[in-house]
Amino acid sequence: MIRLILPAQLRALARVASEVELRIEAQATQRSVLDALEAQYPALRGLLRDRVSQRRRPLLRFFACQEDLSHEPPDAPPPQAVASGAEPLIVVAAIAGG
Amino acid sequence: MSGVRVLVGTQKCAFVLTSDGKRQRWELSSPHFVGWEIYHLTGSIADPNRLYASQYNSWFGQLIQRSNDGGETWEPVGNRFVLEGGIGNYEGYDGTPQAWEFKRIWHLEPSLTDPDTIYAGAEDAALFRSTDGGQNWEEFRRLRAHHSARRWQPGRTAMCLHTILLDPTNARRFFIAVMAAGVFRTDDAGETWCPINRGLKSQYIADPNAEVGHCVHSIKMHHTRPRVLFMQKHWDVMRSDNAGDSWQEVSGNLPSDFGFVIDVHAHEPETIYVAPIKSESEHFPPEAKLRVYRSRTGGYEWEPLTKGLPQNDCYVNILRGAMGVDSLDPCGIYFGTTGGEVYASADGGDTWMLTAQRLPRILSVEVQTLP
Repeated sequence: MIRLILPAQLRALARVASEVELRIEAQATQRSVLDALEAQYPALRGLLRDRVSQRRRPLLRFFACQEDLSHEPPDAPPPQAVASGAEPLIVVAAIAGG
Repeated sequence: MSGVRVLVGTQKCAFVLTSDGKRQRWELSSPHFVGWEIYHLTGSIADPNRLYASQYNSWFGQLIQRSNDGGETWEPVGNRFVLEGGIGNYEGYDGTPQAWEFKRIWHLEPSLTDPDTIYAGAEDAALFRSTDGGQNWEEFRRLRAHHSARRWQPGRTAMCLHTILLDPTNARRFFIAVMAAGVFRTDDAGETWCPINRGLKSQYIADPNAEVGHCVHSIKMHHTRPRVLFMQKHWDVMRSDNAGDSWQEVSGNLPSDFGFVIDVHAHEPETIYVAPIKSESEHFPPEAKLRVYRSRTGGYEWEPLTKGLPQNDCYVNILRGAMGVDSLDPCGIYFGTTGGEVYASADGGDTWMLTAQRLPRILSVEVQTLP
């Protein structure tokens, strides 16, 4: 079980209140986590990664275990604590002022 | 009793304003899509309860939302907009080759007859169509493949396809406008495209009479006369009486012929409206007076409409998609400002009332006349 924390705007679109729990059958990777997320919540397709290039949207970051995993290869496994569900994977939107 | 629904897209959310046919009392909805730029919010003529919204922000990209109940509830539909390669690059303003890339949808234009068919104008400039209510989108690739496309330039803002007009008498003819390339027409449902910019003169390009390169801000038509087009260009108000084959300037006595919006009275095809702006660098009304100008002669002769509009210290702009008309009698005219105000006139522009204020910067205004 992978635990995922989304930014508020994506939680509103997915109609979830807090964490999302995703069941990954094979090896958990950034790609498989996003595949599972988009399968479970189709409204989020294309919002964390470009629908065509599959690249992470540049103003989003992926954090876990106090590390920035954003630049990890999409097929790299997450930290064991994330894979086991002990720690969440956190999607953070870039800070913006006005 | 008939009524009116005004669909307002803003930089931070969307609103729906509603009134009965008298159009004197308005109700403002709660904000929809909070935190998102709503480039365009529009409804189907074939089914007024079918609405579409182009929802974007720089964190999460593009969403298209659809409502089947007049905006009470919404559901995200398809957001896969693919620009196929193999067309080459276009030239950036700095002269470097730029690869075509989908960025966002600026404009949505529902079919006149089928609520599930809708056209979308994109940045980078491309035209898409969905025939399943927005779930799947297909590009009219031959527009970008036009021989002139390598000379389209983005200007300072963006190279986007911002206007789509469908000919109500000919399903195979439609018009599109690209910033800053100009107007194009297809007469065969998108198989071939023809630039229709003869008569436009633009001093900001090397050849002021060039085939493409003109910064067209908005074009409109009256549904009974689709060969007559009215245009607000970067500078100049123009008209064409031959479906865009040639244009003539009709700026006449306007205090400035710079502006973004233009619209046509619902029942008088020669009555048109513009909102003059001082200049390309000073995007506010001349003399800081918010004035809509009306011509009852299809241009040339214009009268200021001021009653109910602020006539001092006004420094707002009215963006290209932010004016609309209803089809009641008398015709209602509506516009939204970059200062977050929505003004309405229930008497063809003679008098105006403020129907909403202190909204975020208004990007689009569309009007639905309800049975």
